[in-house]
Amino acid sequence: MDADRMSRTLTRIAHEILERNRGVDDLALVGIRTRGVPLARRVARALHEIQGDEVPTGALDITLYRDDLMRHAVGAQPVIRRTEIPFSIDDRRILLVDDVLYTGRTIRAALDALIEFGRPRAIQLIVLVDRGHRELPIKADYVGKNLPTSATQSVQVHLLEIDGRDEVEVIG
Amino acid sequence: MIPGMKKDLLGIDGLTRDEIYRVLETAEAMHEIGERPIKKVPTLRGKTIVNMFFEPSTRTRTSFEIAEKRLSADTLSLAVASSSVIKGETLVDTARNIEAMAPDMIVVRHQSSGACHLLARICRSPIINAGDGMHEHPTQALLDAFTIRQHKPVIEGLKVAIIGDLLHSRVLRSNILLLRTLGAEVWICGPPTLIPPGTGRLGVHVTTSIREAVTDADVVMMLRIQQERMQGAFFPSLREYFQVFGMTPERVRLAKPDVIIMHPGPMNRGVEIASEVADGPYSVILEQVANGVAVRMAVLYLLAGGPEAMD
Repeated sequence: MDADRMSRTLTRIAHEILERNRGVDDLALVGIRTRGVPLARRVARALHEIQGDEVPTGALDITLYRDDLMRHAVGAQPVIRRTEIPFSIDDRRILLVDDVLYTGRTIRAALDALIEFGRPRAIQLIVLVDRGHRELPIKADYVGKNLPTSATQSVQVHLLEIDGRDEVEVIG
Repeated sequence: MIPGMKKDLLGIDGLTRDEIYRVLETAEAMHEIGERPIKKVPTLRGKTIVNMFFEPSTRTRTSFEIAEKRLSADTLSLAVASSSVIKGETLVDTARNIEAMAPDMIVVRHQSSGACHLLARICRSPIINAGDGMHEHPTQALLDAFTIRQHKPVIEGLKVAIIGDLLHSRVLRSNILLLRTLGAEVWICGPPTLIPPGTGRLGVHVTTSIREAVTDADVVMMLRIQQERMQGAFFPSLREYFQVFGMTPERVRLAKPDVIIMHPGPMNRGVEIASEVADGPYSVILEQVANGVAVRMAVLYLLAGGPEAMD
């Protein structure tokens, strides 16, 4: 997936969001760190271009909720970054955004983290790439691209804001 | 955890610049948890942390306990002075008995310098030094640095004046080591009887003139007169001490206009600091206390990963 394709994909997802939610009234976007955050901002921009309304956008770091965090007896702890959700999530419809959906464990952690901030009316999931191999009963509501992969492969999303270019690569 | 970090946090001595920044940056993320409606994350679920306080402490112990609970650890605080020690048990035996119950971490405050180092050698569990005698108090120095950074993002090049009872202060030692590692210009000031010998070797400016120390300072850190540790007369009277070394509004005006005034607590109002200064607009003393929780959460989180595997 190249930059052009990525941009059209996110615009299409924005249209799907508007269709399904009939507007942006009580919507908010929450990106999962790291690459979910710029993706959430881009979806917000796309929604703004179509509808003219600002959708509040936040960032969620799920590291402290990971189920594998303390399972390795020895090793460096992952870096944690700030969670920034500068609005109340109570009674809002939250659009959770991540780059790749794989085992579903990140999303499980994100749901746990998010619910500690309040009681959203609904949580919907946006992913740029769904590569399959789920280990938990989790499904995305908006998918940029379904990318069938083998478990030995790795999917890498590069974003302009972080990596200097827009590209989705399958490696291995 | 931090690249190259040891099993324990015994002092600032031995920490690199990168390790210090790793703690401070992790603390930024932890600070946000304290602003949530539910101030708790599941990270240390199932871990047991024992706080062994051989010396009385309110602030530090409460701060560690809150930090541990916010990370979902099971915690146990022992005021050891009131139990086994009185019955004649040695420090090593007390620690071995606690360790036999398999805690995941032990936080220690002790009146003897080096007690934590001794325990770290005999215990498998990570040891966190919560203040040992007149030696180090690393989490205090880390929370001080965190507080400074909230007001002055670049510590390098700041003029920091540390004033008061330098001789008995573990906070001073940890702060000098940390601030020098991060490149601050450190001035220490107190009566000649309370300046520890050899301090010049730590790369700090030593003065007995509070005017010289405070002039153009970015940060002023007042230290408590620790009368309980004083054996002998170090200065004629508390009133005279305040006149010569106390932080007054007039002296604050010598510093930079955006100076911050710090104190690790507990304060002796009217001895090392005037009430108008302690409660005044430049004071960040209560912010220091609030930040202590976030910094201790960061240390607990980083140490819980265990030391990096040796090659």
